Amino acid sequence: MTIEPRTLDTRAETDLAEAYYRDRDALPGDAAVAEIRKSAFDAFRKSGLPHRRVEEWKYSDLRARLKSVPAFAARSSDDDAKAAVAALDNVYGSAERYRLLIVDGHFHAGLSDVAALAEAGVSVRPLAEALAEEGESLMQLPEIATGDAATGLNAIFCADGLVLSLPEGASLDKPVEIVHALSANAASTSERVIVAAAKGAKATVLETFVGGAEGSFSNTLTDIRAADAAEVTVARLQAEAAGTTHIGTAVVTLGAETQVKLIGAGIGSGFARHQSFVAFTGEGSRADLLGITMVRAGQHVDQTLVVDHAVPHCDSRELFKTVVGEGAKGIFQGKIIVRPHAQKTDGQMMTQSLLLSDDAEMSLKPELEIFADDVQCAHGATSGQIDEDLLFYLRSRGIPEADARTLLVLAFLSEAVEEIGEEIIVEAFEERIRAWLDAGA
Amino acid sequence: MPAVQETIDRVRSIDVDQYKYGFITDIESDKAPKGLNEDIIRFISAKKGEPEWMLEWRLEAYRRWLTMTEPTWARVEYPKIDFNDIYYYSAPKSAPGPKSLDEVDPELLATYEKLGIPLREQEILAGVEPKNRVAVDAVFDSVSVVTTFKEELKKAGVIFCSISEALREHPELVRKYLGSVVPVTDNYYATLNSAVFTDGSFVYVPEGVRCPMELSTYFRINEKNTGQFERTLIIAEKGAYVSYLEGCTAPQRDENQLHAAVVELVALDDAEIKYSTVQNWFPGDKEGKGGIYNFVTKRGDCRGKNSKISWTQVETGSAITWKYPSCILRGDNSRGEFYSIAVSNGYQQIDSGTKMIHLGKNTSSRIISKGISAGKSQNTYRGLVSAHRKASNARNFTQCDSLLIGQDCGAHTVPYIESKNATAVFEHEATTSKISDDQMFYCQQRGLSDEEAVALIVNGFVKDVIQQLPMEFAVEAQKLISISLEGSVG
Repeated sequence: MTIEPRTLDTRAETDLAEAYYRDRDALPGDAAVAEIRKSAFDAFRKSGLPHRRVEEWKYSDLRARLKSVPAFAARSSDDDAKAAVAALDNVYGSAERYRLLIVDGHFHAGLSDVAALAEAGVSVRPLAEALAEEGESLMQLPEIATGDAATGLNAIFCADGLVLSLPEGASLDKPVEIVHALSANAASTSERVIVAAAKGAKATVLETFVGGAEGSFSNTLTDIRAADAAEVTVARLQAEAAGTTHIGTAVVTLGAETQVKLIGAGIGSGFARHQSFVAFTGEGSRADLLGITMVRAGQHVDQTLVVDHAVPHCDSRELFKTVVGEGAKGIFQGKIIVRPHAQKTDGQMMTQSLLLSDDAEMSLKPELEIFADDVQCAHGATSGQIDEDLLFYLRSRGIPEADARTLLVLAFLSEAVEEIGEEIIVEAFEERIRAWLDAGA
Repeated sequence: MPAVQETIDRVRSIDVDQYKYGFITDIESDKAPKGLNEDIIRFISAKKGEPEWMLEWRLEAYRRWLTMTEPTWARVEYPKIDFNDIYYYSAPKSAPGPKSLDEVDPELLATYEKLGIPLREQEILAGVEPKNRVAVDAVFDSVSVVTTFKEELKKAGVIFCSISEALREHPELVRKYLGSVVPVTDNYYATLNSAVFTDGSFVYVPEGVRCPMELSTYFRINEKNTGQFERTLIIAEKGAYVSYLEGCTAPQRDENQLHAAVVELVALDDAEIKYSTVQNWFPGDKEGKGGIYNFVTKRGDCRGKNSKISWTQVETGSAITWKYPSCILRGDNSRGEFYSIAVSNGYQQIDSGTKMIHLGKNTSSRIISKGISAGKSQNTYRGLVSAHRKASNARNFTQCDSLLIGQDCGAHTVPYIESKNATAVFEHEATTSKISDDQMFYCQQRGLSDEEAVALIVNGFVKDVIQQLPMEFAVEAQKLISISLEGSVG
């Protein structure tokens, strides 16, 4: 039953409305962008923040979570931004890579490897600049992502971010890391990153989300546009501070004969929602989605994905592993849509969760929505605790219980880790997983 | 599969949209005026000679219903129902309590004969082995016409009668259990049913009794513009066992008719209830015109320790099906089962599934759902499996398979799995596919025709569920599935 929600009467909703009225003239973009922002705001004014009666947000009541919304962060000086990033975890350590820094939602070109990328033929533009030139096409999202509450909020407020454009046939020698850092002051951020890979381009993009303070609210959107025959891997690691509210959306559009691998790891934040929207627009493409999630101590984490097979002959694979510790809550919602005439679609989705404590919770909602007959689609979902027999076996071999548990959790996650396929990502993720387990031991 | 050849023959002999049970019985009926208001409810209650508390119960439900809105979350589309354009009460004129079958309108008996439902005990006895006897409660439009084998059941202590009769004869039992599983305010259609239900079956199996025969109710909507709102209540006391079958048909009519039933099952300690449905309401013609709107609330409460409730359904009829037979696993070690075959063809829309609510310790449940969609139909499985915080060692296994025949149909799976207990183990798997070319080739290469091959493969696809049906129904169900799919191949 859909009940018309009470509109804009929570403190957070009023905060957001006021922010829009105050900032709308200062937000970047041409007239078309302003129009997109306005219609997104009109939609927000009608429905407010998503709550449990909105089916897609049923398990993640953002309206209840956000007591208030802090002001959107202003751009800090390069020096301050540099200091903020230096104070935070450097996930990929000294690994060879290009680095692009977004601090508190603002892109700091001066601190980033823009020149080095330009030498390799790859252009990086601040979003604010790009929106003034070709705003309308940059703001456009595939149909499955447009109606969403979080992408709507991002459309209203995205003030900065970057556009990474790989020309036709480009192949980068090392990965590009985009750091989304939050400083220690609680603020709101709403950046948008666009990764446009032209025909046949190959790239690996690493996105890291770090920092923040109690009350920070970040609502980021990464729009990956992979043209025909492009091969793109995007690994997103979210390790924000415990008190933040984080919504991270990844939108993927695939052309024909395209391959995209989207890897997500969620460890941080008090309330996190990781959304992925994948749209196939050309035949013969394949998308791989991997999810590794570990939460404990009252954390709430939501993995939501929609895969839209709108054209024939495409494959999608989803493998999501969730480990839920004491007092935490995990959510997985995954939907595979096969449109009429999208024949020969092959979609396989697996989601498995491990509950480590009696007060841990897990909700799963794998969905299939199929309108074509010549398809192979399947999903599997499991939820349970560590197998007592396996534990007994290890202990009978002299392994202490705590170590045995750690080993079994590691084994549970390794199935997904093995699918990653790129050394730099595997190493960083494994280190995170081990640190997480050690912290709990 | 022995039914295959027979099925093919039968399918050949009928047209695509020829619904076997689409005839109309020309019988005079006693109707309440069209529309719904408090007077109609008083009328129904008075007609049934109900106690005062029952009328109050109905009126309260009606008042509550007025404040509710129709649910829109299901994946079904239909024009808005005008609830004031329906007859809420319609009974064959000869009805008022015939003492024996001889007093029943011969026209009515002929109807049931045509449907293949034996109502004369001696006839049943003459032809069939006593082991396979089935006691039948026949409900025609709004009232129960006759209940067979009552005496014999009475000897065993089993009460099997229409719910109106139960309200007169055993009001204390009805009052104790009615609405205790599906509360009056449960949902829009259940609340409407609570206000206007006209008849249905009542079963009470006392402690330790194993019901000596299968019980069955046969529902028939005949009159134009009528809604059928029946209410079934089955109670199995400690250690009791009962197996209950339900069948339904309706004439072929152009307009849509509403069927909003409520079924409540209560299983106490060590009791077991097996509830099987073969739903074959008129599905509408090949243009999607007419057909029954089947909006049903079915729920079983495993109230006692070690109790078990098992739902088996074969859904082939109705223009729209909206139905989620559920189990509340309250008692420790209780078990719930749901076996379903949902076949949709033409313009049918099915949104069906189950809920398994694990509340007690060591509870287990199993869901096997097979959806087959053909033509331009939409077939959705929607289900919930949840474990409460205290439901330690809850177990669930769910398997949902969909088979698509033709490129204009849809098959959807929407399961919800909610675990609040770490020791709960839930497993869910779902697949969607079409009949593979390899399978077809193999069958054809063995000399089977297209249609025979499809019938064989479909029968294999649904075998897990068919096996759960009582023998008499299993054969019937198999034929029904093949008939429903006729015209969808080749």
